[in-house]
Order: sequence, then C-alpha cells, then structure tokens
Amino acid sequence: MEETPHRRRAHTRSSDLERYAGLFAARTGVMRSSAMRDLMAITARPEVISLAGGLPDTSTFPAGTFAAQMTRIAQESTAEALQYGPTEGFAETVDCIVEVMGAEGMLPDPDDVIVTTGGQQAIDLICKTLVDPGDVVVCEAPTYPGAVPVFCSYQAETIQIDCDEDGMRVEELEAVLAGLDGEGRRPKFVYSVPNFQNPAGVTMSLERRRRLVELARQRELLVVEDNPYGLLRFGGKPLPPLYQLDGGDFVIYIGTFSKILSPGIRLGWAVAPPPVMEKIVLGKQASDLCTSTLTQHFVREYFSEGSWREYITSLVEIYRRRRDTMVGALRDHFPAQATWTEPEGGLFIWATLPDYIDTSDLLAKALREDVAFVPGQAAYIDESRGRSSMRLNFSGVGDEEIREGIRRIGKVIAEQVELYEALTGEQPAVPAATEQTPSRNESRDADVLPFRKTGEGAA
Amino acid sequence: MKVAVLKGGRSLERGVSLRSGARVEDALERLGHEVVSIDADGDLIKRLTAERPEVAFVAMHGLGGEDGTVQELLEILGVPFTGPGVAACARCMDKVLAKHQLRDAGVPTPDWFAFNETAFRELGAADALSELEERLGFPLVVKPSRGGSALGVKFAASWFEVPEALVSAFSYDNRVLLERFVEGRELAVSVVGGEPLPVVEAIPGGGDRYDFEARYEIGRTDFVCPAKLGEEEASAVTVAALAAYEALGCSGFSRIDLILGADGPQVLEVNAIPGLTDTSLLPQSAEAAGMTFEGLVERILELALRPAAA
Repeated sequence: MEETPHRRRAHTRSSDLERYAGLFAARTGVMRSSAMRDLMAITARPEVISLAGGLPDTSTFPAGTFAAQMTRIAQESTAEALQYGPTEGFAETVDCIVEVMGAEGMLPDPDDVIVTTGGQQAIDLICKTLVDPGDVVVCEAPTYPGAVPVFCSYQAETIQIDCDEDGMRVEELEAVLAGLDGEGRRPKFVYSVPNFQNPAGVTMSLERRRRLVELARQRELLVVEDNPYGLLRFGGKPLPPLYQLDGGDFVIYIGTFSKILSPGIRLGWAVAPPPVMEKIVLGKQASDLCTSTLTQHFVREYFSEGSWREYITSLVEIYRRRRDTMVGALRDHFPAQATWTEPEGGLFIWATLPDYIDTSDLLAKALREDVAFVPGQAAYIDESRGRSSMRLNFSGVGDEEIREGIRRIGKVIAEQVELYEALTGEQPAVPAATEQTPSRNESRDADVLPFRKTGEGAA
Repeated sequence: MKVAVLKGGRSLERGVSLRSGARVEDALERLGHEVVSIDADGDLIKRLTAERPEVAFVAMHGLGGEDGTVQELLEILGVPFTGPGVAACARCMDKVLAKHQLRDAGVPTPDWFAFNETAFRELGAADALSELEERLGFPLVVKPSRGGSALGVKFAASWFEVPEALVSAFSYDNRVLLERFVEGRELAVSVVGGEPLPVVEAIPGGGDRYDFEARYEIGRTDFVCPAKLGEEEASAVTVAALAAYEALGCSGFSRIDLILGADGPQVLEVNAIPGLTDTSLLPQSAEAAGMTFEGLVERILELALRPAAA
C-alpha cells in the first residue's frame, strides 16, 4: 500500500478550548468519561490479567464456519451485502431475532422489531425517543456501567433502586414511584437487566417480575428490559422474560447477538409497541440510517446453518466452568469478610469487600500485581456509592488466568485488611455478623448490597 | 535537531503522559525538529542507543518518569534531557522528603506527620495516631508520599475517618503523610528556567476538593490565569514558589502548588514534570505570559542544552 503522509493538526491552546467551550451543548457538561479512564489505560498492558472487561469468548467460534459463510455471502450477495439496507433491518435478520426470542419463550410481532447497532444503540435510541432533559429514569443499583453515560448524555435525572439476590427491590421501586407521584412526576421508563445482571450477576425473581409488570400495567409505565445474557444460563430454572409476562404492551425489549455470537458484528435489536417503534425508527434514521448490512448477511447465513443453539450450549459449558473456577478461587483467596454473588448465568460476579476498602484505590495496588477489575463506583450514578465493591468478569479469560488473577487480588485485599486491623486493633469480623465498624462512613451504608454468599452447598 | 520524546511508561499517570507527549511531539515537529517518539518500556535503552538523539524531552509523569529513574538512565547514556535532574526529581516525587527540605530551607509548608507501613504493622504506630488531633487538628489530609496527581488523597474530618484514609493512601505507596488542612485559595506557579510565570488559581466546580478527574477534564474545575491577587499577595506567592524551586534544586521547569491561607502562602508540593496537556496549568501560564506552546517547548529544550544545566 502506498504510504499516505499524515497531517497532524496543531494542538489546541487553552484559549481555543475556551472558545469551543462556549459552543458546547449543555449535555456535554454531564457527559463524563468513566472515572477510571486513566487507570483503565494501564489494564491494556499485555502482562495484565484483566478481569475488568465484559468480553465474551470468541476464540472457540470455528474459523472454518466463519470463512465459509463470508465466502458464500461474497459469491451470492456481494452487491446487496455492500449496499445500504432498510432502517428497520432486513426481514431475514428479524426472522433470526424472532427465533432467538422464541428460544426464551417470547413471541414478538416481527413488525415491532428493529435491528440496531448493538444493544447499546437500542439504549441510546430509547432515551432519544423518550427522555427530555430533567426527565426521571429509574434503573437498578448497581446498574450496567455502559447505561450510565447514556442516561447522563440525555440529561436524565436517574434514580437507582437497590438490588438484592432477587434483583431489583420492586417494593422499593413502588415507594419511589409513590414519592414521585407526590411531586407530580413519573419516570419515563424503568431500566432493568433481569437475567444475570451486569454487574451484580443477580437474577430477578419470578414474583418480582410479575409485580414489576403489574405495576407497569397499572401505572402505564414503560419498562425497558435489557436481556443480553438470558440464553447463557448454567443452572437453575429459566424464568419468563418481562416481555413475555407483559405481552409487549409496556415492556420495551432489548436483545443482542453480542453474547451469543459476536460483539464484533455489532448487531442488537429492540422490540417496542408500534407508536414507540415509529419514533425509534426516525431516531435511528437520524443516527446511522441502517445497521451494517454486511453483518446482517452474516447472521442470516449463520442461522441458516441451524447450529446456533449448539454454539450457545458450548459457550454455556465454557462459562459454567469458568464461573466455578472463579467462585472456587474467591473462596480460597478472598478474606472471610468479603461477599460475592454466584450467578446462574451471564459473565459477571459482583464482590463486596469490607467497607473501609475503596476499590478504586485497591485497583491501583492490584495493577502493580498485574491484575485488573472494574471498581464498583462505575455502576452508580452517585460516584460515592459502590466504593467497596468490584465487578469481576469470568468469560473473557481462561481458567488458569482466573485462578491466578483472583489469587493476586486476594493478596492485595489481605494486605489492606491486615493494615486496617493494625490501625484499629480490630479483629476480623465474622461474616454473618455484619455489625458496623466504628470507622464506617454513615453516608455509604447503602453501598453494601445484602448479597449473601450463595451456593454454599446449594445450586 | 533530533529530539526523543519520552512518554507513557507504567505509572498510573500513563494516560496523561501520553497526552502531554503527543502535544510536545506536535510542537517539536512544527518547530522543524526530527522527533523520535518513545513509549518508555523495556526497550527504552535499546531505542535510545539506536536512535542517538541529541536531547530527550521527558514528558513522563509519576513513578519511573518523574522520580529520577529515567533521568538517571539518560545521564548514564550521556543524553541531555529536559526538566529537573535526578536528585531534584527524587526529592519532588517524595512529598515527605520534599517537605523536610522545604522546612529546612524556611519555606512555609503545612505541618505533617509521615508514617510507613512497617510503623503500623510492626511498631504499633496506631497508638501514636491519637497524638494527631492535638498536633495537627482536624480536618486533615492523608496522602501517599509518592504519587502523582490526587490519586489516593483523602480528607479525614475526624479521627474515625483516619484508618480508612490510610488504607487508601497506602494503596499507592508504603509511606503516607498526614498533613494539616489549610483553608485557602488553591494556586499554582510554574517556573521555567528560574523565571516565574503568571499565577494560576484553581476554583473547584463543586464536589470533592481533591478529585483526580477534575484535574484533567475541561469544565470540572475553573482555572483563572493570571489569578486575581493583590500585588503583595502575588509577590508573596511568587517568592514562596521560587524558594521552593531553589530548595528542591529544580532546573529547566517545574510547577509549585500552594495554598494561600490566612497566614500567607504555604507550599503543598512541587511537580518536577507538570502536565503539558491542553488543560494543564503550565501551558496556560505560559500563554498568559504571551508564550506560545511552541515557544515554551523551544525554551525548555534550550534550557536542557545549556552547559549550566548539565
């Protein structure tokens, strides 16, 4: 390839920045990059074992299958695959989506489906359609860290509802809704990841699902169900999605091929009632006209082969083993005071440490041992929360690395625990007795989710 | 001239350093220099030996790049470099050492106590903490001794918050200091070649006073340059800053952070290699003094090549 000379622009001066600052939309003031950006820059070093990402394992996808499908696309549909496509997505892609949703017991009307550029775009388009600055949006605490910047950039007032091991505390949601009623306000939607939630790894109980759907119906409230991991279940009984329980009147559904096939193809979808969908389509036209036609062809070819379920089954086997490995390593290497979730599916474990440990600071220490995780504060709008928790990913790295990574994190935690005990003369607390230590900062009480250490014999 | 720009490295401030370095590289290219861009890693010596630059521009922050380590290697290779020398870098990076030097030289700095982890783990230093209340009072500031920016810096409003703040600070270094909190205006004086530039005032836009993000993001903190100070105040601040620069043996350029409280200016720390990004304070001060970023970079290079700097 011929070498093209780069033109590098003169860097801006601070006075230039001020000039541009006057032009920025108000929303840029709340569009904040992740708190951990600079620390995370270091996690990309090859020697670092990263339990920080949310990466599915794409290494077992058969290269031969990929090559055969792309070749077939080239031979049979080059012109179409390289052309623009409809904003809603190809009907054939939607057929694949209906098939995937059917596997979880849902039966959407194909006309209610739009193919999006990843599930992330679906979150963005839903906000674009529904949220004016200052509108209330409700989500879980902790919530998907990637949703936080979307809510912020639409200047939503985001209220977080605590989770426990049965997912979002719907009774707390009811109290919040009643409080908002008093102010004459209501949320534009309630965002939930009911299955193997990112980051907490918890699953909403059937009872709460029913109650949430009932509430939505009574109050004509929209619920946005984000379900990237539903088919990645390793244990327990599948629970009906909110969409199925509701029938699609008040639940907007978000799905994705990212975790069951590939995040690189950037294919997700949204299912919404027709009046909402109409606006979402207009929003998508403005955003990017259509989702990649090339990768839509890939999905069509892939599904026509008919072995997509087998691939998911193979992923489930891999992730189940890795979860077991991580849970085993946590038992071996984390202190008695730590608690963690034992998800029945998905990609993440949420671990909570004694409240005097700030996991952002702990990350700095862990990085010196070449291991990384996501500090819990990334999952909260109020950055003073989640300070003692961390998200650990078990899908992206192999068993050996999981064991070694957890061992290293355990080592730096043990050092902090020992230091704290030396400082306060305290003996380690028995995990069951979660009495507060005298140094506890009262304002952070709500951080510690009442997640008990599950699976001690059960599951 | 062939200039090697050293940036990145493994410190926690890698991200900021990459931005500083990129900006310096642009300026050097526009000044007509031949730029060799080096992300300081295991190949640093090999790269420097192979490229044989006439001078190295050190745009690294934090441990490894700002503490004298890289400077020592450059001395061994005989490559002149920008900014303070080995000893001054080592002194500035270690806040405890720096504060001793400042106090010995009569430069005002807030009272403090320093502890290392061994003192707590093996010598029962926790029992001495109760003395703090009497000697320093609350609130106080807990900081890692060596650590750039505001990482690991916590306030303790009362005795009960001290252990938690110490655990955080010890995440970054095995020595921490507990410093008297001085209420006042936050100022920074950049010095280039012994000459002070206009004073910058940082006005936090709400939230935590010491917020790592706020330091590098537009809009989180307002910076005023030149700071609105009376003639006497400005002079007292500049005198204190220059005295700190001298006391720590800085050369080339550095930035002195101070608090202007009721009892006059107090030096908090000296940054041997301050940030050079779009939003950094040194370039803002230079601009206020009528110096372009290219002019600043050229001047810093000249200082590195001056015989006296060697």
